[in-house]
Amino acid sequence: MNQTAQTRKNLFWLALVGLLALLPAVPAVTANSFLMHVLILILLYAGMAQAWNIIGGYGGQTSFGHAVFFGIGAYGAGMAVVTYGLSPWPGVIIGMLAAAVVAVLISYPCFKLSGHYFAIATFAIVEIFNRVFLVWYWVGGALGLDYPIVEEGLKNLMWYDTKTGYYYCALFLFALIFGIVRLIESHRFGYYLRAVRAGQETAESLGVNSTAVKLGAMALSAALAALCGAFFVQYNLRVDPGMVMSLDMSMKFVLVTILGGAGTLAGPLLGAAVLVPLQEYTRALWGGLGGGVDLIIFGFLIIVIVVKQPAGITGIAREMARRFGRKPSAEKGGASLGAA
Amino acid sequence: MDTLLQVLLDGTLNGMLYALVAVGLCIIWGVMDVINFAHGEYVMIAMYITYWLGFLANADPLLSMFAGGFFIFILGALTYRLIIKYTVGKPPLSALLATFGLAMLLKNLCLNRFTPNYRILSDTWLGDKTFQLGTLIVPVPQLVTALLALLVIGLIFYMIRTTRFGWAVQATAMDKEAAELMGINTEKIYILIFGIGGATVGIAGGVMPTYLAVHPEVGTMFGLIAFICVAMGGFGSIPGALMAALLVGIVEALAGYYIAPVFKYVAVFGLYLAVVLLRPKGIFGW
Repeated sequence: MNQTAQTRKNLFWLALVGLLALLPAVPAVTANSFLMHVLILILLYAGMAQAWNIIGGYGGQTSFGHAVFFGIGAYGAGMAVVTYGLSPWPGVIIGMLAAAVVAVLISYPCFKLSGHYFAIATFAIVEIFNRVFLVWYWVGGALGLDYPIVEEGLKNLMWYDTKTGYYYCALFLFALIFGIVRLIESHRFGYYLRAVRAGQETAESLGVNSTAVKLGAMALSAALAALCGAFFVQYNLRVDPGMVMSLDMSMKFVLVTILGGAGTLAGPLLGAAVLVPLQEYTRALWGGLGGGVDLIIFGFLIIVIVVKQPAGITGIAREMARRFGRKPSAEKGGASLGAA
Repeated sequence: MDTLLQVLLDGTLNGMLYALVAVGLCIIWGVMDVINFAHGEYVMIAMYITYWLGFLANADPLLSMFAGGFFIFILGALTYRLIIKYTVGKPPLSALLATFGLAMLLKNLCLNRFTPNYRILSDTWLGDKTFQLGTLIVPVPQLVTALLALLVIGLIFYMIRTTRFGWAVQATAMDKEAAELMGINTEKIYILIFGIGGATVGIAGGVMPTYLAVHPEVGTMFGLIAFICVAMGGFGSIPGALMAALLVGIVEALAGYYIAPVFKYVAVFGLYLAVVLLRPKGIFGW
């Protein structure tokens, strides 16, 4: 039994790696720009969720404040292009550093809080940043920043004709963040982090500096979230406070990760692969009817997924694998969830 | 000086309204350790009920708030029965995420049915009535709401502290298994607590259209402020939530008047951070 389980697990990873290996070839096969858009968003959201996963999943600190870091990254790139007329790259670097610094500054006091108190404190921080950015003239205020049209290409991180350039960027972003998290997972730092999640006092008694570990994880998570924010703004060519620094944006980090399975490497990808098509296709199918039909359905589906499977989509996948393995006839529940 | 007093009065009256919204969240949180993310949307729906009853049947908010209370009682009980029940005992975030989905659903349902337009009820009994108290101008609708809040919060507090039902609720909050062994039907307690929590916020939302415009986004900020009040007051403490709500109302009014309206929520959320950094479990928390 153990042997077959091991083989099946290896097969699963082989299939996953094979699927991932095919991803770079996608633009050669399809020119459908909506499909490309969905794939880009899946990769972006998987990256965002994986960044959140470092502190929220492996570290066990449920931050609802990642919209702040995402926003700082977005504004870093946006201001470099719009305000200073430069290439976005210096802005990306500065945004990542600024997000890491802000993350450490706000997390250091907030890590004293536990459970809901911490969660609500991070809500509060998002709202504060949102209001400040709304009236801050230097960053464009409530009007936000609108991109000028500049030469396309990697230098300006901008493409107009096709989405292929964006696609490869998103793929790189995704691979980078997953690679980093994969490294952390097997590195000493990852063990420290999980030890702190499992029991802070115990970890400390064994010599783990829990504050340093959590702050380090938060800074890294924030910097990577900022990188995703920079890509997001380059893709949208516009940024304003409501778009990037809102509770809804923070919830996306949490939702994708938790629904996929927090604290697992594959969770964020699974969550994004289910939630993003749901969001985009409900929007495409019903968004045009005027007034939120897509979000009604999306909200309903979130409830169903959470209620049915709190262990995340990883849990659903596991359950499906078990059912398929034992008796193929009992696939009804799993299949309907997979379709949802 | 007069201005300061007036600002303080407005802040206090507003704070009482926040307390009425927060008390429902407070008992749910205290008994079940669940954050109901759709709390603000309950407010919004109750406001729409009052608005439509007023607009179509000419009912005054002071009467239709009971309809709002009743309807949200049912909605709260259903929320527990259909959603929260299945997240109890699972990771603490699942309830929050599921109710986030519910909030999204309810908000967009209202957006879809009632358009995003702001709607104001005119010709209500209390209307824009005010009276003078020395140099202060007291708005009657806000005053009545504040008194109503005091009454409802007092009733809830009395119920939890002195009635047999309240003792059962306290026992359930302390230790679910032990309460069940003592013959308490905890399932019923949970449904009723969710219902009663909903009813208080339904009354709050029901009375609000007297002086506030109704639109699908109106509940979001009330929900957030209720989270802040409850957390600041301390885990499930009703007096704590009341005090925190008053503090929030006053700080909001002061910051809105003396700094800039846009910074009033910055001040409120900053206040929360300051309080929990000094007392990580809230004012009355332990």
